[in-house]
Amino acid sequence: MKTLWLNTILRYPWILLLLLLALAFGASVGGKNLYFRGDYKVFFSQDYAPLQDFEEMQRIFNKNDNISVLVVPQNGDVFTNENLTLLAELTKEAWQTPFSSRVDSVVNFQHTWSEYDDMIVEDLVQNPQDLSAADLQRIRNIAFNEPNLNGGLVAEDGRAAIVNITVQIPDATETKDNTAEVIQVVDFVKGLTDELSSRYPQAAFYHTGVIPMNYSFATEGQKDMETLVPAMLGLIVLMLAVMLRSVLAMLATVVVLVLTISVTMGLGGWLGFFLSTGTINVPIVVMTLAVADCVHLVASAQFAMREGRSRSEAIGFALDLNLMPVFITSATTAVGFLTLVLSESPVLADFGILSAIGVMVAFVLSVTLLPVLLLILPVRVKVSPEHHGGMEKFAGWVVRHQRTLLPVTALLMLIFGSFVTLNVVNDESTKYFAKGTDFRDSVDIQEEYLSGTETIDWALYSGEAQGVNAPEFIAKTEAFAEWLRQQPEVDHVTTLSDTFKRLNKNMHGDDESYYRIPQDRELAAQYLLLYEMSLPYGLDLNNQLNVDKSSTRLTSTLKNLGSKEIVELEDRARAWFAENAAGIRLAAASPSLMFSHIGETNMDSMIVSMIAALILISALLVVALRSVRLGAISLIPNLGPALVGFGIWGLISGEINLGLSIVASMTLGIIVDDTVHFLAKYKRARDDGKDAEAAVRYAFSSVGRALLITTVVLVAGFSMLAFSAFRLNSDMGLATALIIFIALLVDFFFLPAFLLRLDKNNQAHCNTPHKQQELKTETHPASTLTGETL
Amino acid sequence: MNIFLSLITALTLATPLVAQADTTQPAAGSTGQQNAAEKGLAIAKDRKQRDLGWGNSEARMTMTLRNSQGEESVREIRLKSLEVVDDGDKGLTIFDEPRDVKGTAFLNFSHTGKPDEQWLYLPALKRVKRIASRNKSGPFMGSEFAYEDMSSFELEKYSFTYLREETLNGVVCHVVEQIPTDEFSGYTKQIVWLDTEHLRAQQVEFYDRKKSLLKTLSFSDYKLYKDKFWRADVLTMVNHQNGKSTVLNTSELRFDTGLTDADFNDATLSRVR
Repeated sequence: MKTLWLNTILRYPWILLLLLLALAFGASVGGKNLYFRGDYKVFFSQDYAPLQDFEEMQRIFNKNDNISVLVVPQNGDVFTNENLTLLAELTKEAWQTPFSSRVDSVVNFQHTWSEYDDMIVEDLVQNPQDLSAADLQRIRNIAFNEPNLNGGLVAEDGRAAIVNITVQIPDATETKDNTAEVIQVVDFVKGLTDELSSRYPQAAFYHTGVIPMNYSFATEGQKDMETLVPAMLGLIVLMLAVMLRSVLAMLATVVVLVLTISVTMGLGGWLGFFLSTGTINVPIVVMTLAVADCVHLVASAQFAMREGRSRSEAIGFALDLNLMPVFITSATTAVGFLTLVLSESPVLADFGILSAIGVMVAFVLSVTLLPVLLLILPVRVKVSPEHHGGMEKFAGWVVRHQRTLLPVTALLMLIFGSFVTLNVVNDESTKYFAKGTDFRDSVDIQEEYLSGTETIDWALYSGEAQGVNAPEFIAKTEAFAEWLRQQPEVDHVTTLSDTFKRLNKNMHGDDESYYRIPQDRELAAQYLLLYEMSLPYGLDLNNQLNVDKSSTRLTSTLKNLGSKEIVELEDRARAWFAENAAGIRLAAASPSLMFSHIGETNMDSMIVSMIAALILISALLVVALRSVRLGAISLIPNLGPALVGFGIWGLISGEINLGLSIVASMTLGIIVDDTVHFLAKYKRARDDGKDAEAAVRYAFSSVGRALLITTVVLVAGFSMLAFSAFRLNSDMGLATALIIFIALLVDFFFLPAFLLRLDKNNQAHCNTPHKQQELKTETHPASTLTGETL
Repeated sequence: MNIFLSLITALTLATPLVAQADTTQPAAGSTGQQNAAEKGLAIAKDRKQRDLGWGNSEARMTMTLRNSQGEESVREIRLKSLEVVDDGDKGLTIFDEPRDVKGTAFLNFSHTGKPDEQWLYLPALKRVKRIASRNKSGPFMGSEFAYEDMSSFELEKYSFTYLREETLNGVVCHVVEQIPTDEFSGYTKQIVWLDTEHLRAQQVEFYDRKKSLLKTLSFSDYKLYKDKFWRADVLTMVNHQNGKSTVLNTSELRFDTGLTDADFNDATLSRVR
């Protein structure tokens, strides 16, 4: 089989080249089916309970997806003629926002007051340019005393105000994305505020809310694609040029890499995948892993050519040598990625599947297209054996210091590993974006001037039509709102109970002593009817009341908290409710809550994924190494790096978000390659009758340098992701790079010492009866080079 | 004038007072914008003429609200209407259901030259309150009908443009555009389909402030009263933006019930049953 394959490649390179290019092209065409979903809901599966709760609440009450414009005037006071004029203009123009259904601000707040038997309902701010100092003071007082405004639409110190635009964008579905609509909305509002800021240079504008968050998911992801992928390709070209010392070999590799990406994404397109912030980094990951395959092959061929073999002989040698090892390491890597299908979050599962496909595409192309290209291109290498001896010296050093190395490295692993407990599962959706991105900076400024940007919506179901009018129900709603306001996590609460109290006061000649809940339900119902009759288009109460007025929705704005605190607040609220409002059903929902819960549930699924990866990969290792014993030994160098890596992560960050949750399963498949290479060589030497020491030296000299180089490439590739503005990707890249680096240290310092210790009294390891086909290497000087063996 | 009946007529009537061509809307088979405006007006005028002299009426109606979750809620109301010559009509709405607002009565005087006047009698407070609000575009009883959709139509409130002839559900219709002249209107325009035979409204599309389609109102089950006046029994309003809908069903409609001007003032409000 292998021979047949080799001969085909060597005899018909051109035909193969054309065939491969045609196949690659056919696969890549699928890329036209790929589309980008910027929707944050890609992180949740359709049957994810918190998402369903959220969507149910959005159907019962109106949708409240929003874009908030935070206006911060330089003079530190929004209550001036000029600043109110600006706010009035912004409020008016905001109605033109595509898909908008309502606009709320201090300007169009429906202020109610009474005069004789008249109930007057009007915009709080009218003709702002003509207001006198007394008018301004009156408006300021009303705003500060109105719980719906103070701390919500106006800062408690009047330094900033918000114009909140609610939009009704069609939900993204499997077939219909809504990224275009999101971009349309944000572009419109940004255009509006840009125009205003040219006429009102005294104020700064910032955009927050669910829609800008969605926008950031869409645009920052695409920016990554536009900047990081080319940067990564550049870096790889540089690294390859240095390592391979041949422009043509480098070019051949780059062709393979580019095709690997286009075929992977094309296959993804054929299979119906879509791109999102979660899958946008697949090209970088796949490219990084493909480099390792190519480097092994090219380096082996170059080694053979240096020794004086012809190009085709050298390529045959390289293929023969690498086919099986590259297959096995690719398979373990793919298995690691595939276990991500267990993730609670569909895009993480997609990321796993696409990457697994990519890894296997990389394998296929590096053992087909790459040798063909190397055959066709006039790659030349000077015949001159290369010598370093560095690895041999290092092996000697390790052998000499094995007694110290073993306890020291074991202790270090234990110490760093123990810091694993410093990690907590935490997803802070507002901080998914790096400082310096528009969205994150806006969120931070809003937090500084006014309030956090996280929210939880609470629906209170009375269970009977018109039940919201019952004084007991209003009283409980009020008590709940008050309880929420006392919680340290809560910045602002909007509740219908405040409206009832205000109406009661208005209906009693604005007598402050009537600022309380109406005493009977008919009164409450009739006040509400009167009030609703007086409200203008878009400013109705339908976002707080359902159609039969059996339930009401409270909106709470929270400080920008982590998922843990948000879930804790939800739990406390439910507990309070169970104790104090037993007859009323409570539901809680919001994007913040969805992200808060996904972190926890996803972590559970990822622990299962990690165990699955461990079992599957260990089984593969046992098969590959044909030794249960070595398979068992490999557990420590395979698990150790993740343990130490997460220990160090605990020290530098300690936050396990969605991105981090996949790192353990994913890295396991990658770092296991190093162990496979090292143990295979070690075992081969032992099988040949060498003692443990000699076997360690042999392992170092034959694969040491290759491991070093592939590690450099992988660390560089994943570190590149750290530059992503999207924190799930940057954290994931950073942690993965860290773990891969640690894996090399473990394989170089701990593993040999461990093997020497275990095999001490075990001088002659029996030959296995069947000779290893897969991991066999040609006998060549044990000096040497890059990737000469697996 | 009964506010719901006025809804029907509101959307279809016109006077020359407010006639002005919509400069942006070309007429189908255009012979010019001037022409389109004139034709729009002529149709509205004709329609108005046909509905003159209905006098007074009393009706019973149910309003069924639905949201996209499938929740439903029913309101029951009675309406007394009085045609007023040379000014807006008068309407009295009495709420029977939901129970909490039973006995609440809403009195509305439409005017041609000044803002409408509205009073609400709150039985729980035993007081009549005047609603001093220029806002007329909010939802009526939480439904998808805006108060504006139902307030007595005054001709000054629209300008008309004839658009085209079109067959809607098998009925040949004139399609006329109406642009509200009131700056407090929630709409930028309405498109009305009137059957060519009787000039009855078949469908109305409402466009919001950003000129997007907001709601569609469909009329069905037309009946002829006093051999002259067509009234639809079922009005269905669908909001395209929030997925909610409201069906307004007339269960009983009587003309010439003896109502006079004396039945429509704030003193009688508190006595209605």
